[in-house]
Parts: sequence; structure tokens; C-alpha cells
Amino acid sequence: MRIQFKTSYDHDIRLFPDRHSLIVYGALILLALVLPFLINEFYIGEVTNVLIWAIAGLGLMLLTGQTGQASLGHAAFLAIGCYTNTILIEQGLPFLLAFPLAGVITGVVGAIIAIPALRLHGIYLAIATIALSILADDIIVLLEPWTGGVSGKFPDVIRVFGMEIERWTMPVRFYYLVLAVAVMCTLFYRNILRSPLGRAFDAVRDSEVSATAMGVHIARTKATAFGLSCMITGWAGALMGYYAGAFNNETFSLVISITLLMMIVIGGLGSIHGAFFGAVVVAFLPQGLSILKDSVLGSGVAIPGLETGVFGMILILFILFEPMGLYGRWLKIRIWFELFPFARKDMFRRQKSYLKTERLR
Amino acid sequence: MDGVQLLVSGLANGCVYGLIALGFVLIYKATEAVNFAQGDFMMLGAFVTLGLTNAEYLHLPFWIAAPLAILIMAFFGYLLDLLILRHLFGQSQTAVVILTIALGFVIRFVAGVIWGHEPQTLESPLAFGDVSLGGVVLGMADVAVIVVTVLLTWSLYQFFQRTKLGLAMQAASQNQMAAYFMGIPVKRVQGLIWGLSGATAAVAGILFASKGAIDPNAGLLGIKAFAAAVIGGFGSLPGALAGGLIVGVIEPFAARYLAAGYSQIAPYALLLAVLVFRPHGLFSQVRTKKV
Amino acid sequence: MSLLKVENATLKFGGVVAVNDLSFSVNEGEVYAIVGPNGAGKSTVFNLVSRFYQPYAGRFSFDGQDLLSCKPDEVADLGIARTFQNIELFDHATVLQNLLVGRHRHRRTTLIEELFFAPRVRQEERHHRAAVEEVIDFLDLQPYRDKMIAGLPYGVRKVVELGRALASGPRLLLLDEPASGLSVEETQDMRWWIDDIRKQMGITVLMVEHDMGLVSGVSDRVLALADGAKLAEGTPAEVQSDPAVIEAYLGAGAA
Repeated sequence: MRIQFKTSYDHDIRLFPDRHSLIVYGALILLALVLPFLINEFYIGEVTNVLIWAIAGLGLMLLTGQTGQASLGHAAFLAIGCYTNTILIEQGLPFLLAFPLAGVITGVVGAIIAIPALRLHGIYLAIATIALSILADDIIVLLEPWTGGVSGKFPDVIRVFGMEIERWTMPVRFYYLVLAVAVMCTLFYRNILRSPLGRAFDAVRDSEVSATAMGVHIARTKATAFGLSCMITGWAGALMGYYAGAFNNETFSLVISITLLMMIVIGGLGSIHGAFFGAVVVAFLPQGLSILKDSVLGSGVAIPGLETGVFGMILILFILFEPMGLYGRWLKIRIWFELFPFARKDMFRRQKSYLKTERLR
Repeated sequence: MDGVQLLVSGLANGCVYGLIALGFVLIYKATEAVNFAQGDFMMLGAFVTLGLTNAEYLHLPFWIAAPLAILIMAFFGYLLDLLILRHLFGQSQTAVVILTIALGFVIRFVAGVIWGHEPQTLESPLAFGDVSLGGVVLGMADVAVIVVTVLLTWSLYQFFQRTKLGLAMQAASQNQMAAYFMGIPVKRVQGLIWGLSGATAAVAGILFASKGAIDPNAGLLGIKAFAAAVIGGFGSLPGALAGGLIVGVIEPFAARYLAAGYSQIAPYALLLAVLVFRPHGLFSQVRTKKV
Repeated sequence: MSLLKVENATLKFGGVVAVNDLSFSVNEGEVYAIVGPNGAGKSTVFNLVSRFYQPYAGRFSFDGQDLLSCKPDEVADLGIARTFQNIELFDHATVLQNLLVGRHRHRRTTLIEELFFAPRVRQEERHHRAAVEEVIDFLDLQPYRDKMIAGLPYGVRKVVELGRALASGPRLLLLDEPASGLSVEETQDMRWWIDDIRKQMGITVLMVEHDMGLVSGVSDRVLALADGAKLAEGTPAEVQSDPAVIEAYLGAGAA
């Protein structure tokens, strides 16, 4: 087991707590940078997909994992980010301006939408966001002059300093773009966590009364969380638009919202790792399933709903047996190896607890 | 007279929403969990009945098949609690929300595998014939739906007010720990609640299938029922029913009088309006946590 | 000089009068205790001062400033910190993080700065951490610094809650039953701490407490409540010997 000797407060403040994690994450970044030289373009496309989902997952994780608010409507914010980016670029804005702005606009819209939703707890918020996700579809159709309605839109080729980036013809360039955004969002997430705002998020999640007593403005904090979450989600949405190459009112459906929420639960709520782990599952599950299906039943046999069904099953198993998600499992395995041969099963036993109600007795 | 017909068919639809919403509220009141799979319960209940009574399956008489299906669904609800939800005891609401959504996916998938994805109609005695009341022609099914819903709601209400088990359920919902110490078998009571909501869902399913075709995606109706439950207020049984009726009635009128793009928005727009202005529903009082 | 002044406070829950025309004032630098039987309205007074409840009538002022014009979260900015009867900590965070939340009212950095973790944020963080470490040293919380609240014993949580309130650097500290559920030794510790909080840190303390030993040990003045109204006020000895108080506690005829 690694033991850290802390000699200054900065040990707890800086980005990487110790040399070990600096080396690990440095190596990971390096690997991500040289990846295009190691695997072919098809797989680069797949990794890009994982990263885009991970960015969206980070967005939702900030809301659900950090402030404890479950949103079932984040596909709506993917859509806002995607459409805003495309429309801004059509208006003649350069990508480097339009893309960040798309995220910021999505964030502002999210914060505004959040204000009435703030008074809602738990399930009420979930329902309001479901309604949002369903409404988004209809609203996109109604706003046809801007959104192209049912026929949808096709994002233009990205131009950065005269360099063209396109998902199909130059997947490696697109990969680097997505990687940069993913790293940036991860940094934002980490920075929030280690500053007062991140602690305020935790406080709001665990006890609203005492957060208030400590001077945390509940509504403002939740709206900020919602806004930041939507900003990151908006960027993911814009990237999804480029990745798909075309999108319309049905691209960002309720199913996407739900998948996103399930993804971060499978990955592990409340951790950056969880968003990435979950994204790997979501991105590779369909391929894995279809390969499995073809080898068992032979190709050509279609089983509608298979993906979502299996996905649901996996999720149920996770919630029952590993509520901390893949990240939690990973941590346990790591501790097991670090302590070998002294790890015992009981170390990871969950505490029994009774329902902590928010109702007035 | 056109308006009356719209109203009645709206009410009949609303009753189905209301019954699903009732299932939500039952479980919410007892366990503070929300069963997002309630709509899929309804769909499953309809398919179980269909599997028992339709000619190409078991071909049992409807009046045997229906109670049997209700029993099966009640058992299914109980089993679900026993095998899955009981293990979530003490976990966050979000975990339960996500779990039940996942459960809905699985139920939909299984139903699709067993009964296929083509819409099917239930061979139900309720489905045929019209009733003529004062010059207004009403579908027999619509009238049956309304009658059954009223009866069911009334008996549920009586059950909670009068019977020992009903009171135990109320107690368990208000303070789990205290109820546990008073000798109420909280876990078993919760299992029974899940059974009860499974049965309610089966009734809703039978009524829904009597009114029209059913396919595995019919469970998505649950979302509308959900809106209904929120509009009525999650804590109250009559509120859930009223919410269902409101949503049910709004739909046909919005479809008739609003432009095409706007009509399907109406129930959700109402939902959001209610959430903004009366966050805890139209029929419940606001409660906050005490320190 | 009175720091907190409550005049003619009244609060009704439906038809029940929880606090009835209550007036008292807490002087700067003293320990002021509120005692009374269960349901006398002690915690309600706290919730009124921290603005969780809106009074039906009455005036509340802190250091000459009107408390009623403050929102609940602005009360902390004035320098009023509180603890809760049934411990309200952030369960899924460490002791250190809990105490750091106490520093929230001293947050000076903006969202943008925090997103990019500007040098100023780092500077402020060091500053907050130093302040929190002082509290940790004061309350001997060093062994628990990086422990999750969820796994801590009751007695320690109680201390952490006190620490979180202290970390905010308050002028007035509201302690809601600081000794309830504590062992004899822990109560003894709590007593020394309350003494030190007043003497070393110069913080005024208003507390609700059942343990008369603790109350008479640390408080300068005591207010006895019954049915939301003032029964007696004075030094601990005076209040304890007041016939009205004895009757309220022990029942009619006991005196």
C-alpha cells in the first residue's frame, strides 16, 4: 500500500496528489496522444465515440454525482449544444468561437431552466427533466426555420486556423479535437472539485439545511451546478453532431438521456473515472452484442430491443452488486492487490442503513 | 354532442393513466421509491391476459384469464420486491429510479421476445359494442374503464382507511424505523405494496388493451401517467387519479383545438407549469424537512 | 453591549403557539443557555435566529442589524454559525471537507477563477486550509482528518459539527444540545471547549442544553422556557432555584 507523506497543504490542493498519480495520468495522456499511430482509423473513430460519450458523462456526473440531482433530460442539452454550434457556424462565426460559445449558451439555458426546477427534489426533478427531453423533440420540429425540423441539419467541416477537420475523411484530426475537449472538461471538473464551489456541491447533496447554515445559497449553487453540467453536455452535443454527420429532432431522444444516466451509474457515480468507464461500456456494448449474437444465432437474425434489454440487465446487476460502479470495482481490485495477501472480504461490506427521509414526520 | 364524446373518451384514457399513476403513488407512499417501470407493468399485465385468453395462445375464458392475470402480476410485483428492490433498502432514491428504468427496458425486451413487436388486440368482452346514453354513443370499453377505475379507487381508499394491513402500510410509509419497532414487518409490507401495485397495473393493462391494440412499447405510456401523478401530487391517491383524468381529457381537446405541432406538447407543458407553480402537485400540501 | 437581541418573538404552527412573545438578549462575550422541558420551543428559537422559520411577529437584531431582512444563507455571512440537534453533517465527505465547507462564507473567488483554478484560488485554498487546521488542532481532530463522516462514531461527529461551525469564524455560535448523546468524558471535553471558545476565541455562545451540569458549569446566564414563553432568566443558580422553574420541571406541588 502506498503511503503519502504530506508536507504542505499543497499536497491536498494540487492537481495530482502524488508523484505516482502524476506518472500514471501522464502516461495515459501520452498513450492517448500516440494512439493514432498504434491503431487503425476505424478504431480511432470508436475511441472518439467513447471520448464524446465520456464528455457528456462528465457533464451529467457533475450534476448527479456531485450535487445528487438526477437529470433524465440531458439529451435536450446535447441537442441545444449541437444546434447552437451548427447555427452559430452557419451565421459565420469561426469554429474556435462558436464551439466554446455553444457550450456557454447551453449552460446559461440550463441554468435558466434549472431555476424553477431547483425547488424540486429527487424524483420531481427527474420527472421535470423527462418532460424536457420529450418536449425538446417537439420544440425542435416547431422551430423549423432555425433547426431544419424533421429533415435536420448537416454540420459543416470544422475549420481551425485554415486547417480542416472532418470526422469521416480525417478521423485522426477529429480524434485530437475531441481529445482536447475531453482533457479540458476533465480539468474543469477537477478544478471545481478542489475549490469551494465543489465542496458546496457536496454540501448541497448531503444536507441542504446545514449547507444553508454554513452560508451556501442552495438555489444558486444548484443552478450553477446545472449550468456547468449543461455547458459540458453542450460541448459533447456539438461533438456528437459532428460525429454523426447529420442530426434531426429524433437524434437526441429520451433514450439518449436515459442511456447517459445509466452510463454514469455503471461507471461509478461521483468520480471522473466513472464517466470514462461508463462511456467505454456504452460505446462498445452494441458492437460486442452484435458480434455475440452473430456467432450464436448467425447473422441476419434481428432481435429488437436486445441492446437496451441487455443494458438494463447489466445496470440492474450493477446497482444490486456494485453500487459504486466499475470504478468502485476497480478500486477494490486495486486495494486487494496492494494489500495482498491481507485483504479480506469484509473490508468492503456496505453499512446497513435505514431510509433517510426528506419528508416531515 | 361532439364535446361530450371527446370528454368521455378522454376520461376513459385518463382512467388508464390514473390507474398507472395510482401504482406509482402506492409504491411512492410506501417506500419513497418511484417505480418508473409501472407503465411496463401495465403492458406486461395486458400481455399476460392476452396470452391467457386469446385464441392463438391459451384461450381461457376472459373472466378466468383476467383475475388470473391480476394474480400473476401481483405475484410478479411481490417477487420483484423480494428479489431486487429489497436489496436496495437504504440506498438513494436515484438508485431506485435508475433501477426501475432499467427494469422497464428488460420487461419491454422480454415481452417483445415472447409476444413479438406487432400490435395485438385483446379478445375482451369489454371491447365490443356501443352504449347509447341520451343520444351520445359511447364505446362500451370506455364506460367499463371508467366504472372499473372508480370501483378500484374506492376500494383502495377503503383498504387504506379501514383495514389493519392498510394502516400498517401507511405507518410504514410515514416512518420506516418507528413502524419497524412497533412490530410492523416493514419489508413484508413493502413487498405487499409492490404486489398491490402490480395488480393495479394488471387492471390498467386489461382496460387499456380492451380499448385498443397493445405492443411492448405501450409501457411508454407510463411517462404520461407519470406526468399525471405529478400533476395530481405524488402523495395522494385521489390526486393521482385526478391528475390522470386531467391529462386524459386535455389530450383529445388539445388534438382537436390546437395546431398539430403543439397538441402533443400540451400534457407536458401542463406538467412543467404545475411543477413551476405548485411543485408538489395540485392536491397535496407542501412539506419540508424538520431540523 | 448585547450582540443578539430578540424582542417579542412569536411563532405559531397552525393553532399551536410554539414561541410566545419571547424577548431576550445575548451579550457580547458571554455564554447564554436556554433550558426547558421538551417541546418548550428551545430549538424553535434557534431556527428563528438562523431564519429557517419565519416569525409570526417580533424583532430580531444581530449587532444592531435586522436579522429578518436576511435570507437563511445570509445569516452565516453576518457571523452566526450553528450546530444541529440531530447532527447534520455532509456524510459522503471527509472531516476536512466538512470543515472547509464551514469556510464557505469566506469564499472570494469567482466561478471562472475556480474553473481554471487561477493562482488566487490556490492562495485562498491555502488560507482556508490554515484556518481549518487551527480548528482541527483546537478540537484534537487530527486522527480523523481524512476519514469519511459516514464511518465516524457519534461523539466524533458531534465534535466535527462544532468544528465546522468554528471554521466559519463566527461571532455568535449557536449550539443546539451540544452534549446530547455524549458520554460523561465527552461532555467534560465539550465543557472545556465551550469555555475556551469563549475565553480564547472571544466567541459569544448561545446554547440549548438539557444537561444542567454542563449548563451551570459554563454559562453566564440562563433562560428557562416553558410553552414558548420566558419562565425565568438569570445566573444558573438563580434559575435553578426559581420556584416556577422547579414546578415546570418537576410538576406542581414538588416545590
